[in-house]
Amino acid sequence: MKKIKGILITLIMIYVATAILGENFLGGYNQGKLLERTGLYGLLAIGVAFVIITGGIDLSIGSVVCLVGCGVPWLVMRQGWSPGSAVAIAMVVALCVGLWHGFLITKLKLQPFVVTLCSLLIYRGATRGLAEDQSQGFGGEHEAFRQWGTEAIEVTDKFGIPYPFVILIVVAIIAWVFLNKTIWGRYLFALGNNEEAARLSGINTDRMVILSYVICSMLAALGGLLFILNGNSAQPSDFGNFYELYAIAAAVLGGCSLRGGEGTIVGVVIGTAVMQLLKNMINLVDWLKSHMEFLIVGIVLLVAVIADEMIKQRVRKLK
Amino acid sequence: MGEPFLEVQKITKRFPGVVALSGVDLKVYPSEVLALIGENGAGKSSLMKILAGVQPADEGELLVEGKAVRFSGVQDAQKSGIALIHQELNLAENLTVAANIFLGREPGKFGWIDQGLIERESKRVLEMVGLEVSPETLLSELTLGKQQLVEIAKALSTDAKVIIMDEPTSSLSLRESERLFEVIHDLRDKGVSVIYISHRLGEVKELADRVVVFRDGENAGMLERNEVDHDAMVRMMVGREVSQFYQRTEHDLGEVVLSVRGLRSMEHRENELNFEVRAGEVVGVAGLVGAGRSEMLAALFGARPALGGDVLVAGKGGLPRSPRESLGRGLALVPEDRKGQGLILDMAVKENMSLASLRRDSKGPFLNTDKEEELVADMTSALSVKTPGSWQLARFLSGGNQQKIVLAKWLALKPKVLLLDEPTRGIDIGAKEEIYLLMEKFAREGMAVLFVSSEMEEIMGMADRTLVMHEGRITGELARENFSEEAIMELATGGNINKAE
Repeated sequence: MKKIKGILITLIMIYVATAILGENFLGGYNQGKLLERTGLYGLLAIGVAFVIITGGIDLSIGSVVCLVGCGVPWLVMRQGWSPGSAVAIAMVVALCVGLWHGFLITKLKLQPFVVTLCSLLIYRGATRGLAEDQSQGFGGEHEAFRQWGTEAIEVTDKFGIPYPFVILIVVAIIAWVFLNKTIWGRYLFALGNNEEAARLSGINTDRMVILSYVICSMLAALGGLLFILNGNSAQPSDFGNFYELYAIAAAVLGGCSLRGGEGTIVGVVIGTAVMQLLKNMINLVDWLKSHMEFLIVGIVLLVAVIADEMIKQRVRKLK
Repeated sequence: MGEPFLEVQKITKRFPGVVALSGVDLKVYPSEVLALIGENGAGKSSLMKILAGVQPADEGELLVEGKAVRFSGVQDAQKSGIALIHQELNLAENLTVAANIFLGREPGKFGWIDQGLIERESKRVLEMVGLEVSPETLLSELTLGKQQLVEIAKALSTDAKVIIMDEPTSSLSLRESERLFEVIHDLRDKGVSVIYISHRLGEVKELADRVVVFRDGENAGMLERNEVDHDAMVRMMVGREVSQFYQRTEHDLGEVVLSVRGLRSMEHRENELNFEVRAGEVVGVAGLVGAGRSEMLAALFGARPALGGDVLVAGKGGLPRSPRESLGRGLALVPEDRKGQGLILDMAVKENMSLASLRRDSKGPFLNTDKEEELVADMTSALSVKTPGSWQLARFLSGGNQQKIVLAKWLALKPKVLLLDEPTRGIDIGAKEEIYLLMEKFAREGMAVLFVSSEMEEIMGMADRTLVMHEGRITGELARENFSEEAIMELATGGNINKAE
């Protein structure tokens, strides 16, 4: 609870500020949209949080989003696959991607940054080749399939809880249980703090690191699937661009340290919500222009990290 | 003797969980070799770091030539004429000797380095330490002993009046050490003072004009040249007679539990290691730094891949491949680097203690928190770990308590063989004694204990039998009745094996 206090207060402050300054912020449509965006991006952030907790990084998330987001409609519309088998193959590909990253990082001892930077380029390039750089989507078909990304559980006639957000909550609960209630979660934190000590304590650290990259890639694929179901149009050249950075930023806002060994799922979800809230605020508040998005997100992130570090150092001194 | 060049008055230094120095005094006169001795954790290194400007003191004063000074960095200390030579040399192997001597304070203007000046000055200081190499030689081409001399030359080039040497001989051969002693005497005759920190009491006796003893962060006494003798030094360091400090009792040995056959480590590929340890036996492994002792333990435990050989625990086993496999066989390793390898500093005491036994105690993949609490409570009282609570981060505990947490982690698994690498490094004397009592208790209960130590006293006090290593080989084995500092040192420096036996 202590760890997420800061980010929770930030969330509430920005929420209140936007409610006062922006028009239509509290409307049912806008609130639903916020939850939907948080749901979509939150899946990526939870995924990358696993990797960050081990002290690694995954820069290929946006490209995995692109690969799945373009690949699934391509298989369904151009190749005539059923949606079910297209999703299944997308998940298998994501599993292989994660295993591959984990293998390179643990067995060949390559740096995660380099491995996933190469992947960022390769998967996007491959997708563009596969889709011949053509925009992919479902057109007007497969309404039932697309509902997973577009529908909501109705609460009032104007406001509903979008499916992507429901899916995020389910994933978050599973992730929370995994990290806090299983021995594997404990192992992840242990090896993120001190891999050598963890290994000498009999933990198969390589296996745990590989697992974290698999989780990250599979959640990126799930996110990519929901993004395309929701948006129905993916341009291979820019679909999912920079999403890894949004995910990493949300994880860091939520209390993950890139040094590894630290982070909470609740914090990461709130961090994602803060990021989406900021975007929303920029759209709704008149005197904030949309080109200021990066500027504002960057400043908020920096302030959050500085505040966090200062609090930590003060705590250390007190002890 | 005149006025002291350097004077330390009532210096106190605290770290989280431990008082490293409390109200310590020290005087250093010009032209003297002052030996500073004390057990690990006595505060020697803390004081030296304060003198060299590496860290500030919390309380107390430093006087240089009678004037109070305050160092905010290493360069301040250098300007006052104090230089520290770390135990692990701070040199860049890929640079030349001259570049190392001037590293970080290259003379010149606008980023251009004055090579001529560097060369002249390097030659001058190299001559002072009697090192006959070209300043253009790459450092990596020199032996450790010569690199040590380069460090001293570097100190001299800053016009140091006091050179602090922290365990300078820990990785030198006998010949190199003797050469170093000549240089030290030579420097003293030229007006430089040397503060010499060492565990090797023989060296101290040979070298020192005066010996100052620290114990538990306080002054424990001072010996003038004519008073320096081995027993007096030990008494002051330990605070009582040695025989009371190491309490070993006679007990019968059991079957062979650990049997190492033809073990070869990555670092010493050609050397096969063979030995056995019985149940209830405490076996010490002595040797100089770099003799391959830690590497042997790491290979034995599977922490670093072994090239070949078998490690059998109670008759079962094979080539050690991973720590996980080894602990399944009943081995446990308390590594040398407590903070880097033993503990997870930013996790709770509880989480550290249960880390190795989580799998055994889990319910399927889920943590069994009841069992974990129970284990932690048992271990905390069995090893009398002092912590405000099991939630406390390991980082905030004292060295001794941290070491107990590492021990607890392994004892939870009830190992048959306990491997300890420098088990009492950097912990205070009280905790040290507790660790010794625990080692004795484990042995009495039938565990086989194998420990590596660089402290002669510890080896001679605790071991039933000692293996001595030199350059990756076991050069000899001594039974308790044959223990002597001379015999161990002889084997540790590659001396004649037959003679020692």
